[in-house]
Amino acid sequence: MKMLKRLVPWLLLALFVAELLAIMFPRQQTGFHYRDFGRLPVLLNGRVQPFDSVARNALLQIRGTASVPLGEKKWFEFWKHPPKLRSTEWLLEVMLKPEIADTRPTFLIHHPDLLGELKLHDKGIEKSGLRYYSFNEIQSVVGEIGEQGRRAGRVDAQLRTSFQKEALKLAQAVFLYHRLKNSLRPEDSADFAAEIAAYQSVIKPGLEAAQAREAGQPHDEQALAALLRPFKRYDALSQQAYPLIVPPLHPETHPDEWANVGTALMDALHHGEIPTAMLFFARLANAYREGNAGAFNQALTEYEQWLAPRFEKEVRKGRAEFFFNHVQFFLRATITYIFAFLLAAGALLTVTVTPGLAETLRRSAFYLVAFAFLVHTAGLIFRMALEARPPVTNLYSSAVFIGWGAVGLGLILERVYRIGQGLAAAAVIGFVTLIIAHNLALGGDTMEMMRAVLDTNFWLATHVVVITLGYTANFAAGFLAIAFVLLGVFSKLLRLPVREAEAAVAGKASAPVERATIGQALQKMVYAIICFATLFSFAGTVLGGIWADQSWGRFWGWDPKENGALIIVLWNAAILHARWGGLIRERGLMNMAIFGNVVTAFSWFGVNMLGIGLHSYGFMDAAFKWLMIFFVSQFILMALCSLPLRFWASYRGGDTSPGQRNGTARSPQPLAA
Amino acid sequence: MLRKLFDIFSSLKLTVVLLSLSCVLVFLGTMAQDPLGLYLVQHRFFQSLFVDYVSMSAAVKKTLQMLHIYVTPTTAADVMAAPYVPVFPGGYLLGWALLVNLVTAHFRYFKATKKKIGIALIHSGVVLLLLGQFATDLLQVESHMRLTEGETKFFSESSRQSELAIVDTTQPDRDQVVAIPVSRLSGTFQHETLPFSVEVKAVFQNATPEFVTTANDPAAASQGVGPRLKFRQEPPVTRLDSRDVPAALVELRDGEKSLGTWWVSNWLAEEPLRRLILQQSGPAVREALARPQSFTHAGRTFELAMRPMRFYEPHSLTLLEFRHDKYKGTEIPKNFSSRVRVQRPDTGEDREVLIYMNNPLRYAGKTYYQSGYDDKDPRVTILQVVRNPGWLTPYLACVIVSVGLCLQFGMHLLEFARKRQTS
Repeated sequence: MKMLKRLVPWLLLALFVAELLAIMFPRQQTGFHYRDFGRLPVLLNGRVQPFDSVARNALLQIRGTASVPLGEKKWFEFWKHPPKLRSTEWLLEVMLKPEIADTRPTFLIHHPDLLGELKLHDKGIEKSGLRYYSFNEIQSVVGEIGEQGRRAGRVDAQLRTSFQKEALKLAQAVFLYHRLKNSLRPEDSADFAAEIAAYQSVIKPGLEAAQAREAGQPHDEQALAALLRPFKRYDALSQQAYPLIVPPLHPETHPDEWANVGTALMDALHHGEIPTAMLFFARLANAYREGNAGAFNQALTEYEQWLAPRFEKEVRKGRAEFFFNHVQFFLRATITYIFAFLLAAGALLTVTVTPGLAETLRRSAFYLVAFAFLVHTAGLIFRMALEARPPVTNLYSSAVFIGWGAVGLGLILERVYRIGQGLAAAAVIGFVTLIIAHNLALGGDTMEMMRAVLDTNFWLATHVVVITLGYTANFAAGFLAIAFVLLGVFSKLLRLPVREAEAAVAGKASAPVERATIGQALQKMVYAIICFATLFSFAGTVLGGIWADQSWGRFWGWDPKENGALIIVLWNAAILHARWGGLIRERGLMNMAIFGNVVTAFSWFGVNMLGIGLHSYGFMDAAFKWLMIFFVSQFILMALCSLPLRFWASYRGGDTSPGQRNGTARSPQPLAA
Repeated sequence: MLRKLFDIFSSLKLTVVLLSLSCVLVFLGTMAQDPLGLYLVQHRFFQSLFVDYVSMSAAVKKTLQMLHIYVTPTTAADVMAAPYVPVFPGGYLLGWALLVNLVTAHFRYFKATKKKIGIALIHSGVVLLLLGQFATDLLQVESHMRLTEGETKFFSESSRQSELAIVDTTQPDRDQVVAIPVSRLSGTFQHETLPFSVEVKAVFQNATPEFVTTANDPAAASQGVGPRLKFRQEPPVTRLDSRDVPAALVELRDGEKSLGTWWVSNWLAEEPLRRLILQQSGPAVREALARPQSFTHAGRTFELAMRPMRFYEPHSLTLLEFRHDKYKGTEIPKNFSSRVRVQRPDTGEDREVLIYMNNPLRYAGKTYYQSGYDDKDPRVTILQVVRNPGWLTPYLACVIVSVGLCLQFGMHLLEFARKRQTS
């Protein structure tokens, strides 16, 4: 039995590690080598990325998911793995077999008014309350979607109604889908390789005829017309094709000169011949359409061999980013955090009843949080390497980083007080922030290039990182305060001496040396973290001011984001002074720390929703709703915290009111702590 | 009595109250930016002793609106028109009160011990920061300089204030300028160098141009662009990315004799604004706009213009090259840079400097930042020019406070770790 108790945490850990390893080292590919195709480098959004990233970001924008499920399963049937189209597979279909892609449930439309307007209520498939439509199902209303989108586009972004926003989003999704269809070849091309060969054969005579005409000499009208027809076709194509898939012809001198299909074919007129990469793509297209996996893989291998010596860096980047997309570090971490939280919560609830079980649960939670933290860290570092940037470059990565910092802090706290609250708080913040990050990623590429003013690794590494750590510390303090309130009101845990609890969970019968209770330990943690929050928030805010002074000559401009940061600093200072002045005790501190959650969430997210200022990221309706729910929940917790002590399970009975049992909990001396 | 006052001013309770009020003030000031605009909010909330009732209601209404409770929003015009009724402490009051509180508290509690070094450092840094920002508010002057490649300028221009300039261009090698700020335009005035007086018939803080279509339009002026263009008053703007464009109608008189009336406006003086008019106008208006509004009187030639207020320098900047790159296949700006030549005739200084994002030129007490470009003309750079004698204070303050915080909390942490170890 004792053996089992020791073993369970390790077994759980092994399970999660095994899953990660299975994903990192997938089985050999059979049939079409989709993964190899997904790794090929292209240029989009000003940066080199693999086809897979193009596919994934497009699919997130259009469908809100990173793959297209083809089968059905009930929500609880987690053991089932219905077939699904992975992002790259989907992209290949869209680019090369649009007639099949058009039947896939690709478009997410969920605004009821929009569905009514487009008369789509009885079409599409429903999944978890969301409705997905294939292109064929919406084809008859594409014109109307475009019209609605144009109308919404004319309205000022801040004034758009939710209907208009959804209409615009759908119109953009349809447009993006259309562009993807024309990204590797013209959508209607029957035999692309033949088409290109035919084009190649008319280039030379056509150009000669054109030169002759220019010089006023007799020329071959037919040869000219034969060239003009495909030229017009590719001119139109160059307006539609989305990623720039043809690598630069002169990588040494013009490494940025990637071209999309249309442009590359038009430029062929300057060079007299079609770029080599285009010939490979034509072979890939034909092989894929014919369903000939062997020919497809052969062309793919040859293209890779052709690329390798010429575009070493780009190929490496494509492979690395594909790996990053494929492993989905942050998703793995999210799932692990959920499990760890359940285990940690279980440990806290059972510690007084069955200490042995509690310790097994706590230990399991500790291993899982530590593992998830490592995965989280790996993802963070991988991302930094891919971008060649410090960890925080946009709202998305700030969410990832806040979660990471809070989990690290929680692990440290757990090392100091081995009772499980550190783990519970860490797992919750890690989970919630990664969910927020996931939703932010639906907006598109999360590794977009930095605009000129932000293009400075020095300030991103100092100001942005420090201020984000300030947010992190505030959230950590706030969530520990929440743990204090919940445990205090609903359990007797807070009055338990720490050493007793630790001894109980460790299975050792040592006499309690330190008489501090868990409640007092929590108070110390919250206080210490607020001290650090003050340091980071202050330094981060002032560094931001200095950056502003460096880049536009204004240390302080009362910009909403700056104001948000300032409010955090002021609030932290208020908490510390209130405590030093003896104005608040345990519960006051906790209440102020919980309100710190509100202040921090406002600064981090709320100010972006005002739709003004230099730092605005765009208006986020859904996020706003969640923010309000979060605020309300915090106020409820504060009300709970303000309940008289006789309602607190931990302090019922009178003899252990906080701050009186032990002199250290109160601080009578001002200006010191 | 004095003792009691001292006790109140130095109490930690006051500190907490002031800090909390500051939180509320900053929050409301942030909310009010949408309806009122940044400039007005700065004046009414942060650079004032008290916030007035109407500004406050604008902030509260915006907050309600965010919560989907519909109320009629307060506009900037409402705030300007309403009487000043103080209802909430403003930035200056709270800032000064915090300063007094901080200093007196130190007299009350401070003992020179090693433990208190951290606190002392933190607080002296905060004092430095507050005083530095107060000095900045009073002393900082912001302007901008718009340069086309090859162009040389001895002056920068205010982004906010305009002036009525009467330029005597009689002598070919130098101009003589009489300039009056728009904020002081009213009534009639004279200047000893001018052979006429100026009577201000109308001033609009914000105006929009209109074509004169009827022959006897009473709003038309008789001279310059007057027969073609007139101006109509507009409410002041509040958005962060737009600004007021003023206009005025003036009559010049020599004694009893009228020399005619002129419309003057930044619309006619600033290139991007002129372009907007030109896009919509026919050949007659273009002809009228082609030259500055000038006239001859008493044997001298004058030009009349309303333009951004100018700040003249002893040195000049010449734009040699402006670069503005975007990332391939996107509209995201990759970099801006301006290669400029700085010349100073009185010292003979002459050198080339590259100004780019996050790398300004600091010269002769002014700082030149790469700030913008003209999306219609790729040869044009816009530099932000700032004079701020207190620019170094935040740098110092940041270092002092951070060191103090690290000391203070580091000591706590060590103490805590020691206790845990020994217990």
